[in-house]
Amino acid sequence: MAERVGVYICHCGSNIAGMVDVEQVAKWAGENLEGVVVSRDYKFMCSSLGQAMIEEDIKKHNLTHVVVGACSPHLHEKTFRKACQNAGLNPYLCQMTNLREHVSWVSRDREKATEKARALVAAAVERVKRQEPLQPLSVDVNPATLVIGGGIAGLQATLELADAGYPVYVVERRPSIGGHMAQFDKTFPTLDCSACILTPKMSEAGQHPNVTLYTYSEVDEVSGSVGHFRVRIRRKARMVTEDKCTGCGICVEKCPRKVVDEDFEAGFGYRKAIYTPFPQAVPRIPVIDVHSCIWFERQKCRACEKLCPTGAIDFEQKDEIIELEVGNIIVATGWNMFDCRRIPQYGYGRLANVFTALEFERMCNAAGPTNGKILLRDGKTEPQTVAIVHCVGSRDSNHNEYCSGICCMAALKFGHLVLEKTKAEVYSFYIDMRTNQKGYEEFYHRLLEEGMHFVRGKVAEVTDAARRPDEAGKLIVQVEDTLLGKQRRIPVDMVILMGALEPQTDAKELGLKLGISCSMAGWYTERHPKLDPVATMTDGIFVAGTCQGPKDIPASVAQGAAAAARVMGMITKRKVWIEPVVATIDESRCSGCRICNNICPYNAIEYDEAKGVSRVITAMCKGCGTCVAACPAGVISGAHFSNEQVFAEIEGILWDALQEEKKAEPQAVTG
Amino acid sequence: MKYAYYPGCSLECNSAAYDHSVRAVADLLGIELREIDDWNCCGATEYFTQDELAACAVIARNLALVDPQLDQVVAPCAACYLNLRKVDHLMQENPELESKVNQCLAAGKLHYDPGRVRVRHLLDLIYSDFGEATLRDKVVQPLTGLRVACYYGCQIVRPFHGTDNPEQPTKLDEVFSWLGAEVVDFPVKAHCCGGHMTQISEPQAFEMIRRLLANAEEYKADVIVTMCPMCQLNLDAYQARVNGFFHTDYKIPIIFFTQLLGVAFGLDWKKLGFGKEIVPAEPVLRRKLTAVAAA
Repeated sequence: MAERVGVYICHCGSNIAGMVDVEQVAKWAGENLEGVVVSRDYKFMCSSLGQAMIEEDIKKHNLTHVVVGACSPHLHEKTFRKACQNAGLNPYLCQMTNLREHVSWVSRDREKATEKARALVAAAVERVKRQEPLQPLSVDVNPATLVIGGGIAGLQATLELADAGYPVYVVERRPSIGGHMAQFDKTFPTLDCSACILTPKMSEAGQHPNVTLYTYSEVDEVSGSVGHFRVRIRRKARMVTEDKCTGCGICVEKCPRKVVDEDFEAGFGYRKAIYTPFPQAVPRIPVIDVHSCIWFERQKCRACEKLCPTGAIDFEQKDEIIELEVGNIIVATGWNMFDCRRIPQYGYGRLANVFTALEFERMCNAAGPTNGKILLRDGKTEPQTVAIVHCVGSRDSNHNEYCSGICCMAALKFGHLVLEKTKAEVYSFYIDMRTNQKGYEEFYHRLLEEGMHFVRGKVAEVTDAARRPDEAGKLIVQVEDTLLGKQRRIPVDMVILMGALEPQTDAKELGLKLGISCSMAGWYTERHPKLDPVATMTDGIFVAGTCQGPKDIPASVAQGAAAAARVMGMITKRKVWIEPVVATIDESRCSGCRICNNICPYNAIEYDEAKGVSRVITAMCKGCGTCVAACPAGVISGAHFSNEQVFAEIEGILWDALQEEKKAEPQAVTG
Repeated sequence: MKYAYYPGCSLECNSAAYDHSVRAVADLLGIELREIDDWNCCGATEYFTQDELAACAVIARNLALVDPQLDQVVAPCAACYLNLRKVDHLMQENPELESKVNQCLAAGKLHYDPGRVRVRHLLDLIYSDFGEATLRDKVVQPLTGLRVACYYGCQIVRPFHGTDNPEQPTKLDEVFSWLGAEVVDFPVKAHCCGGHMTQISEPQAFEMIRRLLANAEEYKADVIVTMCPMCQLNLDAYQARVNGFFHTDYKIPIIFFTQLLGVAFGLDWKKLGFGKEIVPAEPVLRRKLTAVAAA
């Protein structure tokens, strides 16, 4: 049967047409490419009118294949496949070629861009003629969901799903859920108590019949795909048997080893070697930190074991591996604070009374090391002047270019707390004041009225090198006041550094396990920055909260709920259609060498002992083609990416060169 | 190990102590310094503001004169070090400038391919190529009990700060702590000494010098060690006039870091150029170091 191809070149407004002569490309394809029976250009091919045009042509001209030259297939492949399907054409007979991201947006020369567009269209036409109809595969969606991270975003998602009646597994690497929000004292701009609004959610998650918490645990491995992920979770040895522990706390009380708590207390307070990070921890089961425990250091003590009334301490406990099956995964792994020592001129770690924002959160917290009193590092003296330095490690080309978003508001909150709790003068050193959410600008004005001093300028240095008598014994903040156009030196007693929010240090590693990507800065990339903010490019994996970018509590909660809604949508569909772009093994010719079994990155090839052949588990195959290339007998074929299709595509790219070759060899020219 | 050596003008005269001590310490460490034949002035900080191309050509001439067998040059003076690195960098970044500079050099039958010669500071060499174990091994006279303020100045760490943190550098601190010295916190360690400001406005210059001396005194430093002839000159030679101007009484010896390295390595003090400084260093060093030895 002769192929009858329709070619559709999109202007994308001026996005493509501004750099590529789209009319000419369409005309050229119609006149030169074999099998093209209709070739058109249109302002917006993805519009309903554009789609209708394709559908009508398919019917009118009996098209067998369709090529759309437009944007990235990530955006509109589904749209055009659907249009073909509407007109009775198998959707896998439609091929998109990317004339926007791959051509117009990355070109400066109109003529060359047009030439490249022609080559890409020719490639798509040559390829599409060899494409075969495929039937999508359906997979049942497991109603269980894995939430990675038990901070506020993860908790919100968990409770939304659990309340809707679906099972949720939460994996949290710390000993308790709660995340950073559990460390805070007050939340902006309403100044309500962080613990008061968070702990009910924590205990609800802890007690919910549909929720299983795995705290002090990490995700080791993820396999499978949407609907049926298989997850291996490592439950780190807690050295405390969860079933026996009642959370009475006598072990913590009697433990003789006290160490600096670098995690929950941000290095500002102490904890024992056996500890629960904070009183309202969920679960209330302590963990033994084997790096500081005296028993693990020199085989002495075991005080906790002797005193535990239920015999819950188990020094022999080992890491435990748990395997789960879930339909969807929500990633809510949160953020880390910028290490303020990386800007040595601000003195953190060198000058005692320079604090990080997290240390100050703990200081303000009534349950923190100072019982909520604002004191200098000596633990006694109340500061008379406090400086808050914004943008430490953010909006700084030496470290992170992005704006951390929340620090201005957090700084205002700190200012308010200092003014409320002490008689100190408060200075804020800011570059721009960014208070652009509901109630935020009003909060800024409140602080202006409360008498906080605002100095616009990036701090050059914080030093104890006094120049004038009034600077002696103080920390001096050297700054260019850009509103006055003057250098200023402001002596203060305490400096708070608003460290940037940074991605988790192992975000890329987890991303690789899940098959989702990170931005240059290390934040997880959403499917579409505006229109699909919680989905990722991998079906069935969603992101929520600060792991996707800096955001405050309301935004994290909104994303958590949004991700849960998306997951619920998947679950209620019960089945998902997955791409039939998979590998198949010709069993009659397979020698059973099993090379493909080991090479498959998705563990999607099984070995049939009885028949002595390998077989692809279609539901797990992602169509990557690794086995196709590796098979020494060449008996594995990848649907939609056959050798014939790929070579035809290459010949299409080289269309111009092939024509010249044909001219040079007149005998090769045929009708 | 062989390196080309670019002493620069200061080390010929007012900072001869630096030159002597660099050579003595290098000799001890087995670093062979081959002085570039017929080197010329780097133009210091001034020439660049007058005529950029000429300034570049004058500096590039020195790089072009580096023995083709050698690919690293050691420049102890901060201004020379910065200028050599700057020109090499500018020529790599800007092909137009590179071709103009090479046209100039061609008049003297010279040519320089940017990137051919790596400009090193002796501190970086000692810190990175020798390291803690080697240096500790060489100590004959531990600097125990001596309170040292390490003064980096502004040019060595900026703007090409590939080798140390530009705001709070630490390599010199580390080296002296390896040798047993009590390195004091010196927050102004990378601040400017005023450079040639003494020739323009004395009150301004004196204030800049006073801040450095005051900070060293506040931290009870016995000596300030420097890596720059300009810094040494300003802090040492103008110390008395600063005292007169502010009615202060600073008496802090300012010595080159290589001089103190030499002391720790047990080299002859005369060979290290002691006695050329205006605020005498020997009495303080002898008192501190023997006091510890006696105790």
